[in-house]
Amino acid sequence: MNDTIFLKNFIEPPVDRKKILHYAKSGAEDQILLQIQQLLEESLPHFSYKIAYGRFPINSDGNALDLGFARVHSNDLKNALLGCKEIILFAATIGIQADRLISKYSRFSPAKGLLLQAIGTERVESLCDLFCLEMKEQLKRDGLATRPRFSPGYGDLPLTLQKEIIRKLDCTKNIGISLNQQLLMTPSKSITAIIGLEERKA
Amino acid sequence: MTIKQLIQTKNILLDGGMGTLLQAKGLAAGEYPETWNLKHPEIIQDIHKAYFDAGSNMICTNTFGANTLKFPKNELREIVKAAVQNAKTALKNSCGKQEKFIALDIGPTGKLLKPYGDLEFEDAVSIFAETVRLGNEFGADLIFIETMNDSYETKAALLAAKEYSNLPVFVSNAYDESGKLMTGATPSAMIAMLEGLGADCIGVNCSLGPKALRPVVEQYLAYSSLPVLVKPNAGLPKSVNGKTIYDLSEREFADEIKEMMKAGVHLAGGCCGTTPAYIKALHDLTADLPPAPISQKNISMVSSYTHAVVFDQNPILIGERINPTGKKRFKQALVEKDMDYILKEGVAQQDLGADILDVNVGLPEIDESLMLRNTVFELQSICNLPLQIDTADTGALETALRIYNGKAMINSVNGKLESMESIFPLAKKYGGMIVALTLDEGGIPANAEGRLEIAKKILQTAAQYGIHKKDLIFDPLCMAVSADDQAALETLKAIELINTELGCHTSLGVSNVSFGLPERDRINSIFFASALERGMSAAIMNPYSTNMMNTYHSWRALHGLDQNCEAYITFAQNNPSFSQGIPIPKEAEQSKEYASALQKSIIKGLKEDAAVQTKEILAERNPLEIVNQEIIPALNIVGDGFEKKMVYLPQLLMAAEAAKASFEIIKESTITSESPSDSKCTIVLATVKGDIHDIGKNIVKLLLENYGYKIIDLGKDVPPQEILDAALKSNAKYVGLSALMTTTVPAMEETIKLLRNNHPHCKILVGGAVLNQDYADMIGADFYAKDAMEAVRYLEK
Repeated sequence: MNDTIFLKNFIEPPVDRKKILHYAKSGAEDQILLQIQQLLEESLPHFSYKIAYGRFPINSDGNALDLGFARVHSNDLKNALLGCKEIILFAATIGIQADRLISKYSRFSPAKGLLLQAIGTERVESLCDLFCLEMKEQLKRDGLATRPRFSPGYGDLPLTLQKEIIRKLDCTKNIGISLNQQLLMTPSKSITAIIGLEERKA
Repeated sequence: MTIKQLIQTKNILLDGGMGTLLQAKGLAAGEYPETWNLKHPEIIQDIHKAYFDAGSNMICTNTFGANTLKFPKNELREIVKAAVQNAKTALKNSCGKQEKFIALDIGPTGKLLKPYGDLEFEDAVSIFAETVRLGNEFGADLIFIETMNDSYETKAALLAAKEYSNLPVFVSNAYDESGKLMTGATPSAMIAMLEGLGADCIGVNCSLGPKALRPVVEQYLAYSSLPVLVKPNAGLPKSVNGKTIYDLSEREFADEIKEMMKAGVHLAGGCCGTTPAYIKALHDLTADLPPAPISQKNISMVSSYTHAVVFDQNPILIGERINPTGKKRFKQALVEKDMDYILKEGVAQQDLGADILDVNVGLPEIDESLMLRNTVFELQSICNLPLQIDTADTGALETALRIYNGKAMINSVNGKLESMESIFPLAKKYGGMIVALTLDEGGIPANAEGRLEIAKKILQTAAQYGIHKKDLIFDPLCMAVSADDQAALETLKAIELINTELGCHTSLGVSNVSFGLPERDRINSIFFASALERGMSAAIMNPYSTNMMNTYHSWRALHGLDQNCEAYITFAQNNPSFSQGIPIPKEAEQSKEYASALQKSIIKGLKEDAAVQTKEILAERNPLEIVNQEIIPALNIVGDGFEKKMVYLPQLLMAAEAAKASFEIIKESTITSESPSDSKCTIVLATVKGDIHDIGKNIVKLLLENYGYKIIDLGKDVPPQEILDAALKSNAKYVGLSALMTTTVPAMEETIKLLRNNHPHCKILVGGAVLNQDYADMIGADFYAKDAMEAVRYLEK
């Protein structure tokens, strides 16, 4: 079994304003675009883009799925990983400063708070997309193809798996993610996910 | 010989990694390494012994995660007992001839502290205290707090170590490649805080290899007056045939560390990936290396959880606005516990350029200790400036210093014995830079020499408490020049004397000088410039004052402290002389689309315009008329648009904020005219226990305030009892509860039950992402609001 956990710091992924508007459930009004621009200028220097990841063999034994770091019952994940022998497990975060800014603005300006929430979501999603793309390119060389990322809470994959993921990737130490009693991650703009790896068809 | 004595005579070798060695010996995934102290004592002893044999002077017990969060108390006791015993056995059996010590190892809890996590600061202290007590009882020689990547948790651990043992305490933090802790602190911020709290030795471990840690270590060597320790990883991990290998060899590692020791590091070992072989290599390479002297740095600094503010050539601005003296609106905010208003004063001063915020929330009619604690807690969750705790109440001071996340300024001590006896012990325990007023039992000496004498007395007394002069900043006090035309001159002279004769920093509450004079800002700013010229380091001042900020920026530019005059230029561009500001459309110039200019500003979400226009029309119309004929109609227009999906949520909120700005002006005017704005009924709002999402609740609050309801906002993660208590106390007609997650709906249900049983006449509104009508019915709410406008409509019916 492979136990190596890798850490990676990304440079700022390009900002997707359409996504920000989508997460804010907003149209592209001038006034709002201007606010988003101002918030981006203020917040971007405060984000970091950290990922911890590892690669694990998986086995299906009866009902349960052995992920190499935990056993889990989930038909949806099983389907998503059908035909895969390995996975990449990863956790991504843009850091606690995002929460501080969101908290500040939520108090004084719910409008800015809402937009900053959307910016934070876009940032961490874009970070994950960038990481997945990089993995895809890298693993192509090994003759492997990657599946779309799958997170705890999708379908019937239980949120309790977060505990095992955070522990396995030593997230608290490595990239500063911790879980509260409700299994929510802090920093709030964090994502954990599994990427299935399958052999590429010739 | 104690380890503290040993550090004075030679370089100290620490141990290397434990976790990786245990895995190699068969530690299973998910198994707690600490349990091996009991299950496999011989393996643990062997590892410790191997480090002693390799030359380590100090090894850490296998107790990294030994705390009451992971183990029941009785099991924890057995683990710590066995862990210290294993280390002692290894020490006895080792053939090494060097001095040997055993450190009780303490790692992070794995939980994040409030406000962003869910662990209370005092609970964290208690968790660490339990482990400290055990380590002390079973005979560890010192305490080693390590791999901490959050400043607040580090403080909790260090406080526990100091309060529950008399052992030396070493503190080591884990920095990432940006050179900061995960929660944002720079090395100098940590050094300021840890020195203040009385650590004996500080440094860095884990995360990175020696090369990557070098810049952080250099910061430690530059700022720390304490011995510095390093325990880096053996480079970066890579995977070779399924095994984790670190990329530095023993020799490469030792070479890097040797360079650090030459530069001044006194204690060195390794972390992840290092083994006894690494320590042996380090020992062989550095055995003859003489220790660098440990020097007193004499750097005055305070810190927040992100950065340190260093007192040097650059004048430090201490914002004075969080203070009720002479401010009716602020007093009202304190009485009403209107935290938002207080916090806004903090953030605004930061935006205007303050370096530090003075925090004074004392009023005879409120519980100052509680208010100060809450203000510090809330301020430090959204504003990263260091705070100056300003109170005459020693109990309140201690409460605030305790939960403060960094090294605070303390305002103030003076030359009276009673003052020094109450303030210095607190400053010694919690750290802090103390503002010392040059007055004593005899009052304020009329001349500068008299004030200098008091300063000397304060310095000497502080030294008896172990407080270094770098942690005192003298305020030679300024009297009104209108009452005594020599007042300013004597104060300026005192600044210079304290500066040159004592080598100490000075600070002034500048505005006292102009008491009794018109246009006070003008004379204040000139006095400020004169004081800076005589060597004053900091000023407690009003950052809203353009005159004062003008002096500040000009003085810096003139003294070579503002490269390319950049800050001055930015300031000047933003504050042009004789400016009328941005032209605001007058009432008469309104377009036909809108009923009035104010309504237009609200609908368009233009906060500043709305405030200015409200001020203008207040001269002619009464407040209630403005609310009912301008603000509410404007809000209704936007609200209707939102419900018809023609206005998006961010626009609705921007309009609501503009309306709030308008209300704030009206509120200020009604305080002075003493016709209280007649608010509608009282509503208690809270995000339920366990839930930390409050944006939805804040949106509802904003809108309801706009419609004139009196809101008691209890914040997030609020226990049912607290909600009931608030509802009873205020006799609230409505309670609004919010929850975002399915896991917290039960807490909502519990709250509703408690309210029904004890406050049956109140109506309960619920909302939040996970709720729907069915859920709301199931848990017995009176009304489910799918968005904030629905809540308004329900109440307005």
